[in-house]
Amino acid sequence: MNEGLTVLAILVGIAHSGIRLATPYLYAAIGETFAQRSGVLNLGVEGIMLMGAYSGFYVVFKTGNLVLGLLTAALVGLVLGLVMAFVSVTLQAQQGISGIGLYMFGLGASSLLFKTTLGTVEGVQGFPEIRMCLSSLGFSSSFCLADIPVFGEIFLGHSILVYGAFALVPVSWWIINKTTWGLKIRAVGQNPQAADTLGVSVAKVRYATVMIGGMLAGVAGASLSISLLNIFQEGMTNGQGFIAVALVYFGSWTPVGVLVGAMLFSLVNAMQLWVQVLGLNLPSDVAVMLPYLLTIIALAFPFKRALQPAALTKPFERGEN
Amino acid sequence: MQARGLFRNVGFDRLLDLLLPVLAVIGALLIGAVILLALEANPVEAYTAMFAGAFATKNGLADTLVKATPLLLVGLGIVIAFRANVINIGAEGQLIVGALLTTALGLYLGEKLPGWLVIIICLLGGTLMGGIWGAVPGYLKARLGVNEILSTIMMNQIAIQIGYYLLRGPMIDPAEIEAGTNIPHSARLPRAVDLPRFTDVAKWLGFTQTSKELELTGFGKEIYGLLVEPTRLHTGLLIALVMAVLVYIFLWRTTIGYRIRAVGLNPHAARYAGISVERYMVLSMGLSGAFAGLAGAVEIVGLHHRMFEPLAVSAGYGFSGIVAALFGQLHPLGTIPASVLFGGLLVGGDKMQRAVQIPQVMVTAVLGLVVLFVVSSEIWSRRRASRRVSVEAESELKPATEAAG
Repeated sequence: MNEGLTVLAILVGIAHSGIRLATPYLYAAIGETFAQRSGVLNLGVEGIMLMGAYSGFYVVFKTGNLVLGLLTAALVGLVLGLVMAFVSVTLQAQQGISGIGLYMFGLGASSLLFKTTLGTVEGVQGFPEIRMCLSSLGFSSSFCLADIPVFGEIFLGHSILVYGAFALVPVSWWIINKTTWGLKIRAVGQNPQAADTLGVSVAKVRYATVMIGGMLAGVAGASLSISLLNIFQEGMTNGQGFIAVALVYFGSWTPVGVLVGAMLFSLVNAMQLWVQVLGLNLPSDVAVMLPYLLTIIALAFPFKRALQPAALTKPFERGEN
Repeated sequence: MQARGLFRNVGFDRLLDLLLPVLAVIGALLIGAVILLALEANPVEAYTAMFAGAFATKNGLADTLVKATPLLLVGLGIVIAFRANVINIGAEGQLIVGALLTTALGLYLGEKLPGWLVIIICLLGGTLMGGIWGAVPGYLKARLGVNEILSTIMMNQIAIQIGYYLLRGPMIDPAEIEAGTNIPHSARLPRAVDLPRFTDVAKWLGFTQTSKELELTGFGKEIYGLLVEPTRLHTGLLIALVMAVLVYIFLWRTTIGYRIRAVGLNPHAARYAGISVERYMVLSMGLSGAFAGLAGAVEIVGLHHRMFEPLAVSAGYGFSGIVAALFGQLHPLGTIPASVLFGGLLVGGDKMQRAVQIPQVMVTAVLGLVVLFVVSSEIWSRRRASRRVSVEAESELKPATEAAG
């Protein structure tokens, strides 16, 4: 076999997997971007993702209805986001620590529910890959657009949840930068006192953003359990929720920055998968470390701090100052 | 006025502050009871099994104290960091690197030096390693403004990967390679490097009779058995208890400890007082990591005697240690009963699983709720504190109106 072709095939495979694997990071980190832009650090994303992954999987396992599963995961995420909002906005709890509480609750509760309702690792038929085959249009050809060399192989043939995640980037950019509500989010995160004076309800905005963040974290979990992997396992998110929180810092609180970070992490993950597939003798444990190191280094750039929402992690109470 | 007067009573306020975490645990257990009911289990039966399993027998008590040991050590580190107002989420990683270096030292030096010396080197090595792993995020925060919550989470992942790399490569048990199973764990440390168990100490002190020979009954029999008969209980517990007292002395009786607390209470004021806030940030993170590293070292020489799956060794202590520290009111001595309580919950969860078929993981969910409740309830202590200040200010400023009203 031609060696150049093999290398190309591997690169295409890595790019395809990279796009797939970016999905949960994108949902969770874009949701977290909303919360952080309004001044709330939700460190419980990992726990919400696990609950979303479980609930979405369970509904699909029982009913076979993928849309219902996705909506359930979103709803569970929304409710947990409400809990987080109540704790951080109304009760003004220290956000780093309360997030750890939510993480532990989500980890424990999803494992508990898994063990009592399922018991063993099961599989489901998740969201199908959209291969856009001519046969579905009535042609007799078995050709699919996803088979188009390189372009089709990389960008087509993903499930609807993958495309949804990437569509979220421009949508969230537009909401945050071009709408009145986005302006309110930014104002509340930057200077809540001033926003409050102008009649913006700081609490209402923060509740909304944290709940959106929770909902998207729930979807992020479901994207693993009913689209990418189609199974549920205890602790299956494996720290991705925490990385999503870091990606928001990494991406300087912008959806495009988050996209860059998510692709970086997912491409390294994809490379690691392919190293295993090809049986290469590379210390993959070392490769997995690189994105974490890179994130720490990226966090150290001084211009990042200037971009950070000024009121991040600071609870707001009227009459302060 | 009567009620207000009551609230102004400082003793009553202090009592409320102490009660809040207890209420938080009760609240978390009540929600746990609702979950149990939803899963068609009897909560009374479940909780009885849990507490009896953890505290009623010598083996239950031994396991509880064995789990309380790393909880307390990690918790002490958390107390120091949180008192300095730096949030160390990285105890998992600090514990893992501590355990890794301890294992490496034990394996390398075990046959070459006397056992007691190797144990000391192992404990110091683990502590130092954890300290470095904690000081790095501290330095990054102090010098470059890197958010320590994120950097410690990243450092956790890096520690886990280093662990896997070492255990699949340089540190793997040669027997695993021979057998071809390649399970990532190290060889067992030489027995000379085992931290003495309580039963060893008892024998050395001359207690050789069993509880049966002494015709002990009831709880006294269990306590005697715990201290004298062979259980898993090791002297790491004593190390942790001594450390708790030392941390108390350090934070409240030394200048450095005072400065750490000052930096945490008000960094601006501390800076005006000439304290280098940055230096104390690095120091408190380093100390925090050192205690987590010591916890890892103690787990290796005291309990596991070999290194295996990093996350199985850290066993979530990096997070549950935060629960213990919070429940102990960020006080080193308060963290002692908190660690025993949560160690008991972890052990009891296992017994509960056997009694009412409710998986042990429920304890993790309950611990998460405890954290949420404790940090949420702080608003009431803050409110009372600020009301106290404003009431006092009011009465000083306007005594006439007070009297008239």
